[in-house]
Amino acid sequence: MRMAHEIVESADGLDRLYLVAIPNGGVPLGRILVENLESLTGVHVPLGILDTTLYRDDLAIRGSRPQLRRTEMPSSVDDRVVVLVEDVVSTGRTIRAGMDALMDFGRPSHVRVVALIDRGHRELPIKIDYVGKNIPTQYDDKVILHVEVADADEAMIENEAGGEPQAKVGELRIVVRTGQAGRPPESPHREPAETREAGA
Amino acid sequence: MIGRDILGIEDLSREDIETILETAERMQEIGTREVKKVPTLRGRTLINLFFEPSTRTQTSFEIAGKRLAADVVNFSVADSSVSKRESLLDTAKTLDAMDPDVVVVRHKVAGVPHRLAEVLKAPVINAGDGAHEHPSQALLDMLTVREQKGQIEGLTVTIIGDIAHSRVARSNIYGFTKLGAEVRVAGPPTMLPAQIESLGVKAFTNLRDAIEGADVVMALRIQTERLEGACFPSVREYAATFGLDRAKLRFAKEDAIVMHPGPVNRGVELAHELADNRPSVILDQVRNGVALRMALLYQVAGRGGH
Amino acid sequence: MSRLLIRNGRVIDPASDTDAPVGQVECLIEDGKVVEIGAALDREGAEVLDAEGAWVVPGLIDVHAHLREPGEEYKEDLSTGGTAAVAGGFTQVACMANTSPVNDDPSVTKYILDRAEKESPAKILPIAAATRGLRGEVMTEMVALRDAGAVAFSDDGATIMDASVMRQVLDYSRMTELPVIVHAEDRHLRAGGVVNEGPVSTRLGLPGNPAAAEEVMIARDIRLAELTGAHLHIAHVSTAGSVDLIRRARDQGLRVTAEVTPHHLTLTDEATMSYDTNTCVAPPLRSAEDIEVLRNALAEGVIDVIATDHAPHAGYEKEVEFTEAPPGMLGLETAVAVTLDLVRDGLLSPLEFIRRLSTNAAKLLSVEGGSLAVGSPGDVTLIDPEREWTYDPAEGFSKSRNSPWAGKRLTGRVVATVVDGRLVYHHERGVLTR
Repeated sequence: MRMAHEIVESADGLDRLYLVAIPNGGVPLGRILVENLESLTGVHVPLGILDTTLYRDDLAIRGSRPQLRRTEMPSSVDDRVVVLVEDVVSTGRTIRAGMDALMDFGRPSHVRVVALIDRGHRELPIKIDYVGKNIPTQYDDKVILHVEVADADEAMIENEAGGEPQAKVGELRIVVRTGQAGRPPESPHREPAETREAGA
Repeated sequence: MIGRDILGIEDLSREDIETILETAERMQEIGTREVKKVPTLRGRTLINLFFEPSTRTQTSFEIAGKRLAADVVNFSVADSSVSKRESLLDTAKTLDAMDPDVVVVRHKVAGVPHRLAEVLKAPVINAGDGAHEHPSQALLDMLTVREQKGQIEGLTVTIIGDIAHSRVARSNIYGFTKLGAEVRVAGPPTMLPAQIESLGVKAFTNLRDAIEGADVVMALRIQTERLEGACFPSVREYAATFGLDRAKLRFAKEDAIVMHPGPVNRGVELAHELADNRPSVILDQVRNGVALRMALLYQVAGRGGH
Repeated sequence: MSRLLIRNGRVIDPASDTDAPVGQVECLIEDGKVVEIGAALDREGAEVLDAEGAWVVPGLIDVHAHLREPGEEYKEDLSTGGTAAVAGGFTQVACMANTSPVNDDPSVTKYILDRAEKESPAKILPIAAATRGLRGEVMTEMVALRDAGAVAFSDDGATIMDASVMRQVLDYSRMTELPVIVHAEDRHLRAGGVVNEGPVSTRLGLPGNPAAAEEVMIARDIRLAELTGAHLHIAHVSTAGSVDLIRRARDQGLRVTAEVTPHHLTLTDEATMSYDTNTCVAPPLRSAEDIEVLRNALAEGVIDVIATDHAPHAGYEKEVEFTEAPPGMLGLETAVAVTLDLVRDGLLSPLEFIRRLSTNAAKLLSVEGGSLAVGSPGDVTLIDPEREWTYDPAEGFSKSRNSPWAGKRLTGRVVATVVDGRLVYHHERGVLTR
């Protein structure tokens, strides 16, 4: 994948690289990246999963407590180049929460961000170092990410208004829906689909 | 569940219990980190209002609150004479005026958390009221069993001891039956409360029959100071008839686990050798207590969904 | 000479087994006594009280209430208690001796009568203590107390645990020809119980008070009544087992009478599930099975009267832990509405209902009343059995507010009360002072 290439190029030494995926959306992407990095370089980069729910800045204003997700950090983050992995970045608040969580785990030497989709509407000064695709959206659009079997090459966009599906079988399909969320179409080998609301 | 009072397992649905247990499973991981703190309840105030002293439960709630970055305040109301003590109502009103985000209450008389919940705007978590309920204990017990056995549905759980005076027994009875286990209680007739079967359990006065084929054997603490001579003639006789040791445990399933809410009267409810090693999971219970109480605080602290 | 004519009502007089259709019978009271009762009476010079179709019955009599004076006037006194009584239709109220000081001395009895004369619209009948200080050790000067005006003896609130003392009390009481009223409860068996021992106490986690604690004591006292020949009256019967014992005693011809409270006829122990201390009462609320037996026993006549056990307590006394709360609830102003349930359920005819609230009580205490026959005291109660109202203790006449019926919608209300020929209470005009 192109993103994997970019990560390899900008890293000085893959031995200190540590991918940390933010569940749920970042996890499948994280796994895909690890595989691609391994096939590109032969190096197995560790993958951590870091739930940021408890670090969210909007818990006080929500009506109910969001479900917590599993955190598994197999390696120490000290002195590592941590690359946070997210599927969709919008306001940047989840990445901010991810950084605060990372700091409680130790002291990385660098923190970078890889995201599949950047849909804009930043509220915090967060930049994405490696991005799959920029998709301009309205603030209240919903981006539904539908992940299929690994082996993805290049992210493609399927326009809901009936355009030609340009993704090949087995690739990542991204569907952009405006207004309210609908159910994503059924598909085999589905990772748990998640509806990201505005502000993700 | 924000702002909801947790007064007993009797009022929780199966879904509520499962939500709390799942959240607790996530909270367990925080205890393994080096920095055992997340900022989730930063700036929130948790008041521990303990009318009855309790180092374990109070400390557990305190650590749970602090791991969530809450400000924890401990009010230990000494049991002085009624005339000097502030009345229950006044204590509640005073606390309410301090605007806490969650209040944890323990009292030796049943029903006190209910009365406090009527006055306090903050949610009230019952940390034990008389012989009525001790929901966080039962929840951590269920969490521990789930951890050890995978699931609770279909298990046989035997609770042994002074069921009549035990809030831990009642809460566990409600909890385990709601999650689909078969619950049995065992003890001398003087320690089995009136018509306990009405809670959906089988009552036994013979230990062997009670633990035959059990997956979980839970021994309760006997309050020797309070009851010797009244409910049972001597500690020696209790230990002989209802105390657990390896020999008696043979009648349970081979992979049965042994539990106890603590503190253990060694040689009375549990033989010395059973208190420390497998199949005893007592220390897991304690460890899970913090994660469970973190889960409760996470779900409940705050002023109600808006 | 003052004359009061009560007309246009349904006259129900158990003393003469009268239940006349509305308007058929009228009642004329002159100078405090019934002088005529019949159709179309001469109303010349009489104040007329139009019953507007309500029941016209002999003034109700409560044989068991706590009026707290002397000593605990912060909860209730003879003025507020007497007013609550007439608002509830009671023209005579017997008040228990557990005051401060205890009514175990003629001076206290006289004090109560004196104060009642001045302050209470209802007639007050003092019940004196059976033992000094209610300590259950030494009996009181029963003859002197009777002569001072006591109508019965009781240690209610406490129980005489020593059987030899109880025997002496019953034996000696025969000289006075007054009944001994017992609060039957073995203190040891009760073991600090505050709710009925059973599935409810198990769920609540509160100490249970077993039915046996009451039954054991009733069995003992019945035997002692048999041994001594005294008149034993059992207060607030609450269990099926107790009813059984009483029935057998009566079948044997013993002088045993009994009373039951409105709450024990209508509320089960399930009412305590909310931990509301207004449901904390002694004896405790019992099971649905017990209530069924009590209701039938009252209908059969095994239980003689309905008595309120009106027990006021201050708000701050009740707003505590359930085990610390003093037991008791108000009763005077709600008794009629609550117990009319038995008429509505067909267990009692209106005539038999009134008999158990009036006529039988008069007989029990050997006082005048409970009858509208010529020569009877001019005590009359008017009841509208259909009138719906919401009970708010804050609007009531008692000083206290501890009632489990607070805020509840009730059916049946006293619309007027006449004591010694004077209208003292009218639902529209309130309490009418002299």
